[in-house]
Amino acid sequence: MSITRFFTYLMPYLASGMLVTIEVSAIAILSGAVAGVLLAIPRVYGSRIVRNILMVFGIFFKSIPNIVLLLILYFIIAGAIDMSPFGAGTFSLAIISAFYQLEIFRGALQSIDDGQMLAARAMGISKKRAILKIMLPQAIRRSLPAWANEMSIVVKSSSLVYVLGVPEMHRLAEYENARIHEPFIIYIAVALMYFILVSAINVLISYFEKRLQIPGLS
Amino acid sequence: MNNEIIKLTNIYKSYGKTAVLNGINLSVNHSEVVVLLGPSGTGKSTLLRCINLLTVPDKGSVWVNGTELTARKADINAARQHIGMVFQEFNLFHHLRVVDNVAIGQIEVLGKSRKEALERAKAELAKVGLADKADLYPGQLSGGQKQRAAIARALAMDPDIMLFDEPTSALDPELIGEVLSVMKQLANEKMTMVIVTHEMHFAREVADRIVFLEGGCVVEESAPEKFFTAPQTDRAKKFINIFS
Repeated sequence: MSITRFFTYLMPYLASGMLVTIEVSAIAILSGAVAGVLLAIPRVYGSRIVRNILMVFGIFFKSIPNIVLLLILYFIIAGAIDMSPFGAGTFSLAIISAFYQLEIFRGALQSIDDGQMLAARAMGISKKRAILKIMLPQAIRRSLPAWANEMSIVVKSSSLVYVLGVPEMHRLAEYENARIHEPFIIYIAVALMYFILVSAINVLISYFEKRLQIPGLS
Repeated sequence: MNNEIIKLTNIYKSYGKTAVLNGINLSVNHSEVVVLLGPSGTGKSTLLRCINLLTVPDKGSVWVNGTELTARKADINAARQHIGMVFQEFNLFHHLRVVDNVAIGQIEVLGKSRKEALERAKAELAKVGLADKADLYPGQLSGGQKQRAAIARALAMDPDIMLFDEPTSALDPELIGEVLSVMKQLANEKMTMVIVTHEMHFAREVADRIVFLEGGCVVEESAPEKFFTAPQTDRAKKFINIFS
C-alpha cells in the first residue's frame, strides 16, 4: 500500500469506525463513572455486609480478563433481553468499568483525611450531606489521574466488542485485512488511530486536572 | 434550675483492651472556661470528643443544654450545631474558599440562604482578623490563619459552647499567640469553653477552672492559681514542675 493510499484511504476508513469507538467508550466510561461513584459510597461508608459484598464483586471483576467478562455478560444480557450487539457490548463494558471505577473512587474517598468528615460532623452536618458536600468533591478531584488511566483502558477495551460484530475501529481493520491481506500496515494504522484518540483524552483530562486543582494544595 | 450547661457522669471509654476514660464526671457552667490538663495519652482529647459525641462513650451519660445526648433517640446533629469544635489539625475543608468554609455549616445545618451565610461568614472572618483572606483557599493560609478561620467557622454557627482540642499544638511557636488572643477575646465575651491545651501560661491566665487528668481519671480539679501554686496531688506537682 502506498503512503498516499494509507492516508487518503485507510486512515479515513478507520476514522469512520473511530466514531463508534468513541461512542462505545464514552457511554461505558460515563455510565461506569456514575455507577462507580454510587457504589463507592456504600463500599466505604456502608454496613459491613454491604462493604464485603462489594469487595467480593470487585475481586471478581478484577481477576477475570475483560474479554471473558465481556462474553459472559454479553450472553447473559443477550439471553435476557433483546438488545443490539452495540447496546449489549457497551452495556457490558460499562459494568466492567463501573467496578474498576468503584475501586478508583473508593481509594480516593479513603485517602481524604478523617479530619474532614470529623469537622463536618462536629458542625452538625449529617453523614450523607458530608459525603456529598465535603468528601466527594475532594475525592473526585483526587481520582482524576487514575480516572484518566481508566479512560484509556476503556477505549482500548472497546476494541474487544469487535467479537460481537460492532463495527468499531478494530472491526473495520479486520474487515479491511480480510479484503486486502496487509495485516502489518493495517494494524499499524489502527494502532496509530488508538494512539491519537487516547492521547487526546489524556490532554483533555490533564486540562481538567489543572482547572479543578485546589489552590494552595499540592 | 442551675447554671450547668455540660454534665458528664461516669464516663468510660476503652479502645480494645486499652481503657482511656475510667469513670469521669465533669460539669461545666455557663460562661465558664475549663482547661483540661494532663500528660499525653491520659484521655483529654477523648473526653473532649465525648462532649459532642464524636467519640461515643462505652458507659455514662452526656448532657448538654439540658438534653441527654447519650439517649437513644437524641438528635445528635441538632445538638452539635450548638457545640463548636476546633481541632489541632484545623480540618478546614480544603476544596472550599475560606469564606465558604465559614458559610457551609450555616447553609447545610442552619438552613440559611447562601447570601446571608456569606455575609455572616465575612463578619466572623473580620472578627478574627482574616477579612482580607476570605477568597483564598485554606492551603494558601499560614497555620495560625487556618486556625483562626476554623474558629470563625465554629463561631458562625452561634454555638453555646466551644470545644478546643489542642488548638495550638500544630502551630509554629510564633503563630501561637494570634490564636490564643482570639481565644482570650472569646473568653472575655463570656463564651463557655472547654479547652485541651499544653499552653500553661494561657491556662493560668484564662481558665476559671483546671481539670487535671491522669490515667483516664480526674486527679485534681481547682482554680488555676491554686492549681499552679499549690497543687494538692503529687502527680499534679510533678506535671507542673516539668512545665515551669
